[in-house]
Amino acid sequence: MNAKAHIRVRGLTMAYGGFVLMRGLNFDINHGDIFVIMGGSGCGKSTLMKILIGLKPPAAGEVFIDDVNFWRLDESRRSDIMKHIGVTYQNGALWSAMTLAENVALPLEEHTTLSARQIHELVSYKLSLVGLAGFEDYYPAEISGGMRKRAGLARAIALDPEIVFFDEPSAGLDPISSRSLDDLILEIRESLGTTVVLVTHELPSIFAIATNSVFLDPDSRTMIASGDPHRLLAESTNSKVRLFLTRGEKNV
Amino acid sequence: MSKTPPTAATGLPESGHSAPDPAITGRPADDGVLRVQISGTWKMGRRLPDFSQMEKLAGETAARRLTFDARDLTGWDSVLLAFLLKADESCRRNGIHMDSGGLPGGVRRLLALATAVPAKKDARQESRRYGLFYRVGDKTSLFFQSARETLTFIGEVCAALMRLLRGRARFRSHDLGFFILQCGAQALPIVSLISLLVGLILAFVGAVQLSLFGAQIYVADLVGIAMVRVMGAVMAGIIMAGRTGAAFAAQLGSMQINEEIDALQTLGISPVEYLVLPRMLALALMMPLLAVYADLLGILGGLVVGVGMLDINLTTYLDQTHHAVRLVDFWVGLFTAAVFGVLVSLAGCLRGMQCGRDSAAVGRATTSAVVTGIVAIIIATAVITISCNMIGLG
Repeated sequence: MNAKAHIRVRGLTMAYGGFVLMRGLNFDINHGDIFVIMGGSGCGKSTLMKILIGLKPPAAGEVFIDDVNFWRLDESRRSDIMKHIGVTYQNGALWSAMTLAENVALPLEEHTTLSARQIHELVSYKLSLVGLAGFEDYYPAEISGGMRKRAGLARAIALDPEIVFFDEPSAGLDPISSRSLDDLILEIRESLGTTVVLVTHELPSIFAIATNSVFLDPDSRTMIASGDPHRLLAESTNSKVRLFLTRGEKNV
Repeated sequence: MSKTPPTAATGLPESGHSAPDPAITGRPADDGVLRVQISGTWKMGRRLPDFSQMEKLAGETAARRLTFDARDLTGWDSVLLAFLLKADESCRRNGIHMDSGGLPGGVRRLLALATAVPAKKDARQESRRYGLFYRVGDKTSLFFQSARETLTFIGEVCAALMRLLRGRARFRSHDLGFFILQCGAQALPIVSLISLLVGLILAFVGAVQLSLFGAQIYVADLVGIAMVRVMGAVMAGIIMAGRTGAAFAAQLGSMQINEEIDALQTLGISPVEYLVLPRMLALALMMPLLAVYADLLGILGGLVVGVGMLDINLTTYLDQTHHAVRLVDFWVGLFTAAVFGVLVSLAGCLRGMQCGRDSAAVGRATTSAVVTGIVAIIIATAVITISCNMIGLG
């Protein structure tokens, strides 16, 4: 397959204890892709993301990030790679005891030698990127769910990561906020050249921004399609994939 | 799909008592068809016919088919659907075909919706009964698993502590200050109250016995040694287990639920260094101070009883205490308190980090943190007392 792939997944099996969730996953995420992990509820999308971001070891198989075998590394080397990965969690997962500015500043304080003043400037810049300029001193509990997601994004891109992961970015957002988050994701990919990986099942978002995807099927416990979702919609002969991408309209 | 609400079938007032009572009557026929008449107002709060009546009708007629006549049905809500669903299930079991044609349109559609997806066989969790060996084995493996988790956690904390000593562990000094305030100064009122009362109680109990021999003055020895050597630290420890250990578990548990701990890990920040170390250091530093404070308050409590009730002179009482309590008692008490600080904070943080991802799990984590903390305190007291005895510090 593609030698320049940013992330390569080979023969991956995910399991909780003895319960195998998915097996035989093989796919590539290229540089600059907006890659969607899709599938029905409970098929293991979030678990796959946890494996890719280093939170849960796979039961079998390999994950290569820039040709480095991610899960074969010792913990400190893996942690070094994780610094180049930004993650936006479903509900933001902001540290509730800190203000937005402190949330965004923490990764910078931990991993860079910047002065407090430089960090302050960077934090203001990142918050203004996500449309939260002026909210530096607010606590996560004082802002809305959509703002929390955006603040989570500001924290995820604090260190200018090479890959940004999103867990259900548009879940619980109104259509307009959801759309503007999509635009924001596109903008970040365009301007920073970041590879973006999304876990989602929001069809409008998928067709608006995704360039590549993998489709997980809980019944057969493996992936049943991968590639550009537009192409999948046009060409796939698999009824499950078609049903998903057409929102259950069987006669399309 | 129709959006007809179940109660929209009639315009009758809600549970009007003038409405006819719900009833079923069956007319068995020779052609193997059981025709059931449903009449009255089937609404919540009304006296419904017993389901066994239905079964009896079906049993009497040996019917192969079941039809309904709902002409006299004057009102219905979900209770009718629940009844029909039960009938449907029973029909399926006995190989009877249930024809819902005679029911109102809304009822038919809701019934069709409810039976559209058959119950998933393995989804329903039955309370299976396991044999004795299974349960013993299960508990044993759970015990070893939890022991391994605990040891791993302690190992991680030790490693983080080593990094701290080499100046490589990182946490915000602001956090440390906050926790010191939380488990130091803010705990003073409750520690004051409890240790003053413990001092009073010790003196009372002692006075009753000692005054039998006219040896009231030794109340000062009793209270002084007991408080300084062990009770000050134990009381402060138990208070902190209930107060701060529980708080640590709840804080970390809700961070776990909110994925805040995941967020730390993915940013390459060790949760043990960042969250556990400041809490542990704060409590380990503050516990000895709280214990000293508890010692003083306990002695004050004893003094109140001694001077107020036993008519011992104030200076005599203090002098007696001063002679009774040795410096080594004080140091042992201080050391014990520091150990308790480490144990209580470890128990709280361990349970918080182990917390599951639902809100009931936070409750379990908090309870477990307090229980673990208090058990650890009692065991540590026993170990320290026996060890001191063996090395001659008794």
